[in-house]
Formats: sequence, structure tokens, C-alpha cells
Amino acid sequence: MTIELDGRAVVLGDDVNTDYIISSSRKKDSLDPGVLRHFLFESVDPLLAASIRPGDLLVAGRNFGCGSAMEVAVTAVLAAGIRAVLARSFARTYYRNAINNGLIPIECDTTGIANGARLQVLIEERGARVVDRTDGRRIDGHPLPAIVLQILDEGGLVPYFRKRHDFTIP
Amino acid sequence: MPGKTISEKILSRASHSDARAGDLVICDVDVAMGTDGSVPMALDYFDQMDGRRVFDPARLVFVFDHYAADPMAATFSLQARAREFATRHGAVLYDCGDGVCHQLMVESGRTRPGGLIVGADSHSVTGGALNAFATGIGSSDLAATMISGRIWLRVPETIQITLTGAAAAGVYAKDIALALARRLGADGAAYQALEFDGPGAGLLEIEDRLVLSNMSVEMGAKAGIFRADAKTERYLASRAGEPFTPIEPDADAVYASRIQLDLAELEPCIAMPHQVDRVVAVGQAAGTPVHMVLVGTCTGGRVCDIHQAARILVAAGRIAPGVHVVIAPASREVETRLRADGTLDRIGAMGATIIPPGCGPCCGTAPPIPARGANVISTANRNFKARMGNATASIYLASPATAAASAVRGRITDPREFAEALT
Repeated sequence: MTIELDGRAVVLGDDVNTDYIISSSRKKDSLDPGVLRHFLFESVDPLLAASIRPGDLLVAGRNFGCGSAMEVAVTAVLAAGIRAVLARSFARTYYRNAINNGLIPIECDTTGIANGARLQVLIEERGARVVDRTDGRRIDGHPLPAIVLQILDEGGLVPYFRKRHDFTIP
Repeated sequence: MPGKTISEKILSRASHSDARAGDLVICDVDVAMGTDGSVPMALDYFDQMDGRRVFDPARLVFVFDHYAADPMAATFSLQARAREFATRHGAVLYDCGDGVCHQLMVESGRTRPGGLIVGADSHSVTGGALNAFATGIGSSDLAATMISGRIWLRVPETIQITLTGAAAAGVYAKDIALALARRLGADGAAYQALEFDGPGAGLLEIEDRLVLSNMSVEMGAKAGIFRADAKTERYLASRAGEPFTPIEPDADAVYASRIQLDLAELEPCIAMPHQVDRVVAVGQAAGTPVHMVLVGTCTGGRVCDIHQAARILVAAGRIAPGVHVVIAPASREVETRLRADGTLDRIGAMGATIIPPGCGPCCGTAPPIPARGANVISTANRNFKARMGNATASIYLASPATAAASAVRGRITDPREFAEALT
């Protein structure tokens, strides 16, 4: 499996919790990611959602997606046209929800990536490789477990489960 | 081969394999749980996955707690669909007002020593207090488990937390949890499990252990597990319908790290806005004006918590003018016991608002929502900006005693100022 992405970095900080990604009070009105994406990050930066363009990549520090396990914090990000999140570490529920919906979580050292930097990302079996085209720096991501690659490769947990109706360790 | 931690042993049994930290295993789940916050999306995934029937309706639990107190048209529709699904498939359903999911999973005896529990809510880790490997998942994982009864898990490394000593008067389980959050940080246990041990853990009551297990996820932990002991057996004696096998760690189990916490050295603590690990001694925040006090939630809404708060409120005989005190019992059972012993009447007469059991005020999904710019002191587990539904409010986290002392004075107050009301 190989996935290539090329996008602009939208840089966030440490401990970005799911309520910051999308407020839990929003999901009582709608679960539609197309609606929710307009409210991404509203409580920390009300202007951020409107500035995100399809193809952008989220770049965060430690513990991205901490807090609630709510899955709209992934589907709303995907609806904004974001295919991958680069972070130094993820909360495990966010990590799982991302994989299950086809949002690629890349665990790597994001220190020094500037807001707006042009990033090239290559996801392969041995791990992700990131090139910061602004300064030519290369960053290696942690390898993804085989079952994770398989779920991502099949497009998420829905197609994976439609096919198998069970989990199998590859 | 070296010995195993509690997590390794439970996941070995559940996966029918020799599971060691770092392994990926596919496990049979004992109980799966979802809420009105997570089930609606899970049902979408279930349909998309061509789900036809659920793995075992008696082991699938739905709890309506996030929109319990005040369902509006939209949330009522979400609940109606989940209710219809539960009825059609025979799943267990706790409806609005029955209580918060984590409390019900424990009270109903479904969380048992040695069990593997997955819940589509991050605070499902609460079940670790009863020696279960209990962990949070999202709606898509819940849907897959509803179909297959299984889930893939990476076996976590474990941090051993040895508790020694006994907490002084005025220092409660919540203070221990906050002190640990300060020590570990909000991601200090990421991808790992916590195992609580030591003589101090044995001294804690089940209601206290639930607080520590519940808060484990605020340090990033996948599970926060206690040993089962005579207190666990007593608690479950009248609740667990099935026999269970407590799981102990091996003496030569391998731990990623070990932390010692002397409970006798702890002071009442408070988490400052807007981070759970921004913890200081209450004294350092003393004097800050307080406008709303919430005693409730899956962290601090049990009988002992509300008693703790009530003793201080009753001893002082008043709530400071301008402070809105909200009491949210964690379940109907808790509420019934507090009605029977007169606690709710006594503090209700003082002006506290008693609301039905549910999650609403903690996560801003139902009223009461704090006013603009309000300072809130809450017994919940999270103080993220906007968490309670108003981004201009500042949320402080503390024990029910600290919350009550602050309600009495109208400003953040060390509960030890009410020495006669402490136990």
C-alpha cells in the first residue's frame, strides 16, 4: 500500500482535545460531517474552519484528540478535505477512529513545522515519510501495525467489515 | 518467561492466546456499551457494515445519558432510533434519567473482575475499579463489536502506581486523581494501562477507586485497573449475577515504569482552567470567585460524593449569594438513596438545584450551562474550554468537599476550613 499526499500544514498545539476539534454540544443538532466541518476548532479559533482548504494537513504536537471518544471529531475533519493528521502522539481513541474512517494518523516529530508549510507525505508499509518542502527537511513517521494498514488500505472499517464480518490479524 | 500484568492476563484470556505488551490481539468482549451520544453513529456504521443481528443482546447495553435531562426534537429523534434498535434486537436499554452509563455498568453488576468491557465513551475506563479491563472506543468500533462480539486491541504496557499511606481529613479520591494527573501529565500514560496497587489502594473504598479509574483516561491511559479484594467481593455480592475470577498481577510482571504516591502527603488539589493536569494545591487558587458549582457526573456524583458536599453545606447552613449549586446524582439508585436519607431535601432547601441523573451539564449537552464569564467549580473529570457549553466560562476541577466549601464562601476555599464537617 502506498499513499501520497501533498498539502499545506495547518499547525496546532499540544493536547488538542476532541471538544476543541468539534464541540460535543454541536452534535446534538447534527451528526452530518458536512454541517459540522463549519464549526471545527470554533472554541479555540473561530476563524480557523473557514481558512481550511481541501488537501490541507493538520500538524499538531502531543496528545492530539484527547478527551471524548466521539467520532465526529474525525468525520468533521475528513469533511473539510483533510486526509491526514501529523502529531507527536495521539489519544488512542482518536487514533482508532481516524483509521476506521480513513483519516491517516501519522505519528512523527512535528517540531519546527511552520504554519502554511508545504508538506509531501508518503505512507508505506514501513512507515510514513514526510518531506517539508519549505526547508527540505525529512521526517520519519512511526510504522503502522499490519492490521491498521489493512483497514486503511481497504478504505476504513466499513469496507473492511463488509468483506469479513470479523477481525483477522494479517 | 516473565510474569504478566493484570492487563496481559485479562487480554490473554479474552484472546485465547499468550498476550504480552505490544502484541496485537483479537479479543472476545464480555460487555459492549454505547450511549445516546455514540449509539446513533454506531447504528449508521452497523447498517453500512451490513449488520443483521447483534452478537449477544444480553451483553449489549445502551444508556441514554448525554441528552437525558432535556431531550429536544433532534436528540429525541436520535434516542428514538436507538430505542427502536434496542427493542428489535433485545439489547439492554437504560432510558433517560436512569443514570450515567459508567455508574450503571458498575451498579448493575455487568462490570466484573477479569472482564473485558468496551464502551463507546472515553470514561469507560471507570470499570477498572472492579478489576475489569475496561476501555473506551468510538462508534465504528462499537458497531463492529455489536456484529462480531470482538475487537482488536494492542496489549498495553503497564505503569504500576503504588499507593502508600492514608489520606488526611479533607483529602479525597479526587485529590489523589488530580495529584496523579499533575505527576503524569495529560498524556503521561498514553497507549498504556495503569495498575493501582499498594496498601493505600486497599484502603480506598470502591467509590474512591471508581474516581481514580475514571480519571485514568485524563492521563491518556487505556485502562486503570485495581486488584479485586474483599471490598470488591462485598460490593458485587448483591449485584453480579454471574460468578467471576479476580485477576492478580504476577509477582514478576514487567512494568514500563513504577510510580509511588504517598497519600499521607497529599493536600486538597484543584485543576485550573483549561487543562486537567494544571493542578495546584487548593490554597494557591483560594479566593477566586465562584459562580456555579456542579457536584455530580461519572467522577463525583456517587452517594459518598454528595454526602461529602452535603456535610459541609449543612454545617455552614448556607450557600453564598450568587452561587448556583447544581447536584446531579450519578444514577437513579444514588438519587433514591439520597432521597431516602434526606440529603437531597436538606440541600435542596438550601437552594441547591437537584437535576435528574445524566451527563448534560458536564459536557454541555443539556442544561444548566454556565453563564458568560462564569467561574465553575466542578467534580467532573474535564475542564476543557467550552466543555460545559460556554467557551467564556472557566472550569476548575476539585473534590465534592472543595466544591461545597467554595459554594459556601462564594470563592475557592480549602475544605479543611470546615474541619468539623470532614471525615
